[in-house]
Amino acid sequence: MFSRDSWQEIFETIRKNKLRTSLSGFTVALGIFIFIVLFGFGNGLKNSFKQFFLDDATNTLWVYPGKTSKPYRGFKANRRIEFENSDLKDIKENFKFFVEDVTPRINRSSRVRYKGKSDNYSSRAVAPGHQYIEKTIIMKGRFINEDDVVNKTKNIVIGRLVSQDLFKDEDPIGKYLEMGTSAFKVVGVFQDQSGDREERLIYMPYTTRQLLEKNNDKVNSIIVSFRSDLGYATALVFEKQLRLFLKNKKDIDPRDNNGIRIRNVADQIRQNQQFANVLQIIVAFVGIGTLIAGIIGISNIMVFVVKERTKELGVRKALGATPKSVIGMVLQESIFITALSGISGMICGIALLRNLGDRLEEFFIIDPYIDNITAVVATVLLILFGAIAGYLPAKRAALIKPIVALRDE
Amino acid sequence: MISIKDLHKSYKMGDNSLHVLKGIDLDIDEGELVAIMGSSGSGKSTLLNILGMLDLADEGKYILDNVLIEGLNETTAANYRNQFLGFVFQSFNLINYKNALENVALPLYYQGFGRKIRQTKALEYLEKVGLKDWATHLPSELSGGQKQRVAIARAMASQPKVLLADEPTGALDSKTSNEVMSLIQQINHEGKTILVVTHELDIAHMCKRIVTLKDGVIVEDQKVDQVIVESHV
Repeated sequence: MFSRDSWQEIFETIRKNKLRTSLSGFTVALGIFIFIVLFGFGNGLKNSFKQFFLDDATNTLWVYPGKTSKPYRGFKANRRIEFENSDLKDIKENFKFFVEDVTPRINRSSRVRYKGKSDNYSSRAVAPGHQYIEKTIIMKGRFINEDDVVNKTKNIVIGRLVSQDLFKDEDPIGKYLEMGTSAFKVVGVFQDQSGDREERLIYMPYTTRQLLEKNNDKVNSIIVSFRSDLGYATALVFEKQLRLFLKNKKDIDPRDNNGIRIRNVADQIRQNQQFANVLQIIVAFVGIGTLIAGIIGISNIMVFVVKERTKELGVRKALGATPKSVIGMVLQESIFITALSGISGMICGIALLRNLGDRLEEFFIIDPYIDNITAVVATVLLILFGAIAGYLPAKRAALIKPIVALRDE
Repeated sequence: MISIKDLHKSYKMGDNSLHVLKGIDLDIDEGELVAIMGSSGSGKSTLLNILGMLDLADEGKYILDNVLIEGLNETTAANYRNQFLGFVFQSFNLINYKNALENVALPLYYQGFGRKIRQTKALEYLEKVGLKDWATHLPSELSGGQKQRVAIARAMASQPKVLLADEPTGALDSKTSNEVMSLIQQINHEGKTILVVTHELDIAHMCKRIVTLKDGVIVEDQKVDQVIVESHV
């Protein structure tokens, strides 16, 4: 069946039936090409999703003060809870086993001026550990350090876009700008993957903010990072213990859920992961749909090809072709064409994805790719189904009495 | 060469069954040139198809070259056709994307000959029918008579025992009909057994024996004085 002669016969048939050959070849190549590109785009979407939502450190607890809803230990309900510096120290000391770092956050918004240009920016007063939690990337200079916190320096770190807005091409490091009523020295510029909003922030030492606000010791919220090797279950235990500890310290009824709110990023990550999985399912669904469309396409063409050749197959049978040789010929030809065009479609698709890189970033497609195994399996699947789709009508045609096939006009 | 006994064939047409051949007995010796005559519906094409193993009889015995043909499946039928029979059809049935030479070489391919032998043999037979210069032409570039001569060369190429021609001149004008018949006579003269199905009397008289069918039975079987066609191909 695979002798040199049968190949010669097939090449001859292919060469002399260019329309038929290119039609079925094109369908297969297009099918696999679209599958690979779509699948790659899906992966690109997943990548950008990851970058948007999974960018920040995952082993953190965000602790916010709330309002009590139950009276407790002589305090009335509806009391506003506030955090202060001693809470930071207490968390660090009481949960040494779990805690990696604790940083406060005080959010303010103020007018910022530099050489006549001015705008409103949000500022975050934090401790050095904050850099790790937000995965802030320093472009120039440095982040807030321990020295800044201890000495309550008027040093600030500005976002990339703040620098762009106020300083243009000027190097902002070492320059002074006016924020609120005081002058601050820029010691660093940062960028952040999470987007533009993050890059319009200004970071300063939390102690400096407290000094400016009548030297108080209040903080807005506390971010606790715990050891990343703890695992999800242990993280939940830690969260529970931390909640109990703070409720006790702040005189909140243990059954009162409103005094303190804790957001566990690990928990949120899980939800986001689930969303990412849904995205993956959608991508797979689209991919399988395309593949099925391709399979149906090649099946249709194979039915058409065999129908078109019914008379020719009848002639061949009258001249002594056995049913087996007829089926073999049709199959060998169809597999050869689908394999060749399937592989070229696959290579084209992969090449396109490689070349795209980050060019479609504005459409939320980052670094689209397809793993080789998926690409090869899809191609083989299409070739296989093309062969099956060719086999059935070929078998039927091979078993038609030659006299019937010859009558077919 | 050919011997058939009590051959029956009927076709199912919905609920009715159409009895086409109602017991045919026929013996044909080697080297004969037999015309099978009859009006349309007489069963002559059906008889030829059964002889050519393109169709199966319901009943009866068929012996071809001392081989009893029975219980054929498609594969053995294909092998018999390839070994014993050559076909010439009214509508030529050349493969339209193959040139004359490749068409003639096709039965040799199914006989398992190598490419070189196929080419030489095919060219030899094309020369025999006077179309050597047309070897590389596609069927669409040939006239009807030329096409039929290519078809005859193709039928001869496999060196069959019997040549079966179903209305070989049916699609041709009288001049080219004569050319084709002259070729058939020439091949017969070289000793080949040939059966020609026709409904034209003058074509039938170019053969050596006329078997007339009517309503599925042989009504007349006579040797005739052959009209030799002179043709300058």
